[in-house]
Formats: sequence, C-alpha cells, structure tokens
Amino acid sequence: MSNTSALAVAAQHSMVNAPTVPDSWQHKHLLGLEHLSAEEITLILDYAEALHAATLNGRKKLDLLKGRTIANLFFENSTRTRNSFSLAAKRLGADTVEFSSSGSSVAKGETFIDTAKTIEAMLVDAVVVRHSSAGTPHMLSKHLGCSVINAGDGPHEHPTQGLLDILTIRQHRGSLAGLTVAMVGDIAHSRTARSNIWGLLKLGAKVIVCGPATLVSKNWEKLGVEVSYSLDKILPRCDVLNLLRIQFERQAIRPFPSVHEYTLLYAMNQERIRRSKADILIMAPGPINRGVELTPEVADGPHSVILEQVTNGIAIRMATLWLLLGRPNPTNV
Amino acid sequence: MQTHSTWLFENARLIDPSCGMDRRGRLLVVDGLLAGIDVSDEDVPAHAERWDVQGCIVAPGLFDLSTEFGEPGREEDETIVTGTLAAVAGGYTAIALSSNTDPPIDTAASVEFIRQKGARADNCRVYALGCVSKHQQGESLAEIGSLVEAGAVALSDGPRPIENTGLLRRALEYCSMFDRVVFDHPEIASISRGGVMHEGMEQLVLGLSPIPAEAEDLATARDLRLIEATGGRLHLTSISTSGSVELCRRARARGIPFTNGIYVANLHLVDTLMRSFDANCKVSPPLRSQDHVDACLEGLRDGTIDIISSGHRPCSLEKKMLEIDAAPFGMIALETALSQVITYLINPGILSWCDAMAKMSWNPAKLLGQSGGTLQRGKPADLIVIDPDRKWKVDATALQSKSYNTPLNGMELDGVVLATLVNGRKRWACK
Repeated sequence: MSNTSALAVAAQHSMVNAPTVPDSWQHKHLLGLEHLSAEEITLILDYAEALHAATLNGRKKLDLLKGRTIANLFFENSTRTRNSFSLAAKRLGADTVEFSSSGSSVAKGETFIDTAKTIEAMLVDAVVVRHSSAGTPHMLSKHLGCSVINAGDGPHEHPTQGLLDILTIRQHRGSLAGLTVAMVGDIAHSRTARSNIWGLLKLGAKVIVCGPATLVSKNWEKLGVEVSYSLDKILPRCDVLNLLRIQFERQAIRPFPSVHEYTLLYAMNQERIRRSKADILIMAPGPINRGVELTPEVADGPHSVILEQVTNGIAIRMATLWLLLGRPNPTNV
Repeated sequence: MQTHSTWLFENARLIDPSCGMDRRGRLLVVDGLLAGIDVSDEDVPAHAERWDVQGCIVAPGLFDLSTEFGEPGREEDETIVTGTLAAVAGGYTAIALSSNTDPPIDTAASVEFIRQKGARADNCRVYALGCVSKHQQGESLAEIGSLVEAGAVALSDGPRPIENTGLLRRALEYCSMFDRVVFDHPEIASISRGGVMHEGMEQLVLGLSPIPAEAEDLATARDLRLIEATGGRLHLTSISTSGSVELCRRARARGIPFTNGIYVANLHLVDTLMRSFDANCKVSPPLRSQDHVDACLEGLRDGTIDIISSGHRPCSLEKKMLEIDAAPFGMIALETALSQVITYLINPGILSWCDAMAKMSWNPAKLLGQSGGTLQRGKPADLIVIDPDRKWKVDATALQSKSYNTPLNGMELDGVVLATLVNGRKRWACK
C-alpha cells in the first residue's frame, strides 16, 4: 500500500482528527494469529500503515495513548522485539516499563504469574510478554485484568512478527493472494513460522514449509501447507523466502548432522538467487546467522527486505497497541 | 463417624463382579463381614441397621493400583490422611500407594511407615508398593525381599518407567521368587524425554514438545516380550495408545499371562484440551487424540484391558501455576474416577456395570492377591452405595483431596457415592 492510500485509510478511520477504534475490532488480547480472521489481520495491516504515515515515518510523536502504560515483560532474551515494542509505545505517547528476566520461574523461585501480577499492580494497561514456554501469554490472560500481547511464546506463536512479515510482502506485491511463500529452516521450533502460516493461509497465499525432515513435520500437509525437504526443488516456484534462524537453544538434540551440511542444503546464496524468480523477496525474522541461513551477499543484496521488516515491526506494534488500548473504556472480550 | 458394622441393605441393585451377578436383592452385613444375599428375616440380627437403598447400587468398594500421595516428603501435595479421605469419598475401599515419595519406598522401614500411617488414618485399606530399584534410580534392584517381608504388595518405580531393560528382566526373575507383580509404566524415555503432550496435530500447532505414541508402544512390546522370556509377572500400569492396545490384544491371543491398566483421564479426555494451556491437563500418559481414546475404549470392551486405575497424582496449586513446560505431570482422580467411568463407559453402553466394577475392584484385588471386589459371604464388608442417576458438578476446591489439580473442574458427571463402608464401618457418607 502506498503512503497516499495509507493516508486515505487514516482519514477514513478518522485517525488523525478524532481517533476511534473501529467496532470491527473486538479483542482485548493479541495472543496469536490462529484465531484472527482475514478481516482482522487486514485491519491491523491497514492501521500499521496509517499510523506509520501519521507519525511521518517515525519523525513525529502522537499522543493517541497518552497516559497509558505498557509493560514489557521479557522472560527470554530479546533486543529487537523489546525495543520495537518500546518505540511503538513511545511514538503513540504511552509510557513503558521494562522488566526482563531470563530462565523459568522454577529457577527464580517466583512464578511468572506472580511476577506478572506484580507488574500489573503497578497499574499498567497492557503487558507485552515473551517467554520460552508455549502458552504463557494465554495463562497470563486468564490471571490478569489488563491486555496481554504475545511477543513470542516458545515455539508457539509470535503474532506481531507474522504480521510484520505479511505487511512487508504486501507492500511489495500489493496482495498476498496467489503468492507462493516458503518458510525455510527450523519449522518445528519456530513461532515465527506458525504465526506466518496462519496469517498467510487466511490471506490466500500458498505456503511451503521447507527444511530437514527432523524439523519439518509431514502433518503440516493436513493444514493445507506444502511440505518439502529440498530448497532447490521449490526454489523456482517461490515468490518469497522467509529464512528462519536455526534455534540451537531450543533443540535438545541436534536434529541435523552439522551446520556445514545444513548450509549446503538450505542456505540462500548467490548461486541459488540465480535459480530463483527474478523478483524473489528474501526475508528473515532475525537475528540472522550470516553464513548459516543466508550468505552476506544475499542478506545485503537487492532481493533482501530484512531491514524493511524491522521498520514495519514498529508500525505493526503501534497498530496492535492502538487497537487494544485505543478505546476509552475497553470492552472485555 | 459411625462405627456400627451390622447392616441390612434392602431393595438394592447388587453387583458382584467376582461372580458376574447384577440383580435386585437384600444384602446382610454382620459385624463387618458380608453375611449373604437374600437372607431370610430370622437371619437378620435385631441390631442390624436397615437401609432401604431403592434405586441405588450396592457394589464392592473400588480398589486402586495407581494412587500417589506426597507423604513422606511432599505433604504439600497430599498426606495419607487427606488422600485416604479422598479415596473413600470416591468409593475406594483399598489403594496401593505409589513408591514415588521423598525418600522413595525402598526400605522395609518405609513400607512400615506407609502401612502404619494408613492404619492410623483409618479411612480405607492402604497397601504399599515397594520400589523396583534402589532410590527409584533405575540402576540396581532394591531389597525386594525385605520390602515384601515388610508388606509391599507389589513392586513399582512408577510413575517412572523402568527404562533399563536389563534391570526389568532381573526384576521379573527376582520377584517371581516372592510371587509379586512388577508394575511398569510403559514409556521409552529416550523418545519422550522433555515432552509435554501427545505428538500430533494439536501438538504441532501449539509448538509444545512431543510425547510420541511409539514411546509407549515400544515399551509395551518390550515388556510383553520379557514376560514371555522370563515367565515373570508384570502389570502395565497405564495403556493409552492404539498401538499398545493392539500389542496387548495379540499377546492375549497368544496366551501370554499379564495384566494392564488404563488411567481414567485417558478414557475420555483428549489432547485438544491442551489448547487451554492449563497445566492441569498435563498428565502422564498424556491426553491422546480421539483415535487413541477410541482404541482404548474398544480394548476395554473386548477385554484387552483388565483394570481401570485412578492415576491420582496430586500437585499443589503453586506447582501447577508454572509454565506448562515446567509444571509437573498429574491430576487428582480418586474422587472423580467412578463418575468418569459411569459417565463415559457405563452410560454410553461401552461397559456393563458388572464389567466396569470388575475392572475397578475385583481384577485389581485379584492381581494383588488381596481381599476385595466381591460380595461373597464371609469376606470383609468393603462396600459402596452408589446413586447412579444423581448428577454432580465437579468443584475442585470442594473435594477432599489436598490438591485441586483436575481438568474436570466445572464439569457435570453422573453418579454419586452415597456411602463407603470398610469392614462394615461407614467411612464416608455423602452430605
């Protein structure tokens, strides 16, 4: 979507003058993309572009969420997602509280629910949660009164990452319908893959998951996803490649013989770019392992939109915060 | 609590799984012993308390082989007092307590501790299971002879599987000297380690670590082969996969002697419940997909599965408030097991009352060579009175168990235990 049409959307939703959250948005939390409709996903994408435009590409601070407080509750290391949420909150005029702690609650002696309740008692309006264990934001949403935003729960979902990936594709191709998007790498341990799969399928894209058989379940086919173990075979058909990081930290047992062998089979390099479609988009959720999932030439090459993804991340997170907190008296849905 | 032990139950539906009886009649209990069915009036002592149980079932008390409490060592989960109270509230008149305590029950003194605590609690009969391996560490045999001498009714490292095949083989051989059964929780841990839920579509979507069905299938196959090889006695505590059921069915057809059990959770709860990320749904064996549940029900129906166990495994509230990866496995079940069986097996017609009671009382009692599971004259009057038509709603906080970890909270179930009698003495009466 161009900036002109983004501004049109902003005007249509009275974004700049009398901002209101549309009635078509009725969620209190953003826990994943699995249970959002295509319309709801599109709404977030549209608002992301509108808010990005309204902040004059990040140069102007809005006061849409003035007086609201957002807590970043990160139980797992993160720099980009945490900073992205912080910046998004600040560009909307909200205050932020940062809490980070690594390790599970067993190691700390305080349950993560108690930690979250403590933060909530500081009267925050939303908590942004990242945790190495799947389902933690869902558990928090049952124990807290405020909004909960999933910033990545184990290998389960990372909805804002899925949304920013999809927004980046839409900006380049106009629409997702009919595009072939391949997620390459460690699908089993990837929350980014899961959120992308739900979002892409709902918006009409064809999705391929590709990687070593120990990390790519055949069962994905039952959800209408193509499963492939050969990047070279699917390469000529792909419009977009999303190169997932190998999550060494989540793999209890090394699922492939060596990084060397992995790069031979799945790394995106110049030679593979030559066998791709001329306008292929190369994406990566980051942090990227240069030389593992992709070579530096590809990461910095003309097909790469990796840094645009980062910029879009802030826009998506602004839209998310605004939709969840933008009503004066949020309805509890 | 009443100590009266002479009763006449009138207008009862009497179910005796030890002889396949299910008919109307009156049942006499004199001084704590079963004294016959359809006795004439002159045989009824004058001091007998008459109870007209029209519309209700009188059956032998339930006998559980897979109960875990926390005492000693984890009293925050369950003590022998609270746990046995939960047992009688659920219709159990006898339980075999897991050796999984801290320290584990691997010495004669600890067996004695369990038996004394059980006797002092004076709720239901409490039997002790001894460890198969020292400290339950799965390496070398515990002093099984001493454990048996002290009163251990069977040997078990449960809920841990006996991973070491050599150890299991030795245990089967060694226990045959004492005519004791070895219990194994069939699971190949090198396949399932780190797993949280049943591997399948739900698990794929949720991104939780998998417990593949074949981890159980392979252990079942191994165990059955070892029974054949050693002639030892083995009980598979917890069957939950279609593969296990099929292996057991074939083993029965070949005449291999063994017993097996299923936990009530695996009778009707499925892996889709994990979508709630409620740690109370994290149990072992894991909640499987519907096709596995269906295969287990067929196994119960055709006699492939002998025994229905509670799988009662209490965990204090704070332990289940952890992330699903970190929370311990287990659910409490003593107080819901019978109603789960009535609701999901008896009322839908999968098992008759008599068959269901056999799997919950007569078969487990027979397996351990203990009394129970019968209405036969002269045996101790361990009885339950059940109102099969009354419904109730599970309220975890209102149960007798010290812990609340059940995924059934809020669910409506059929069948209420009106009274539980042990040695003819009423140890539980429904309010």
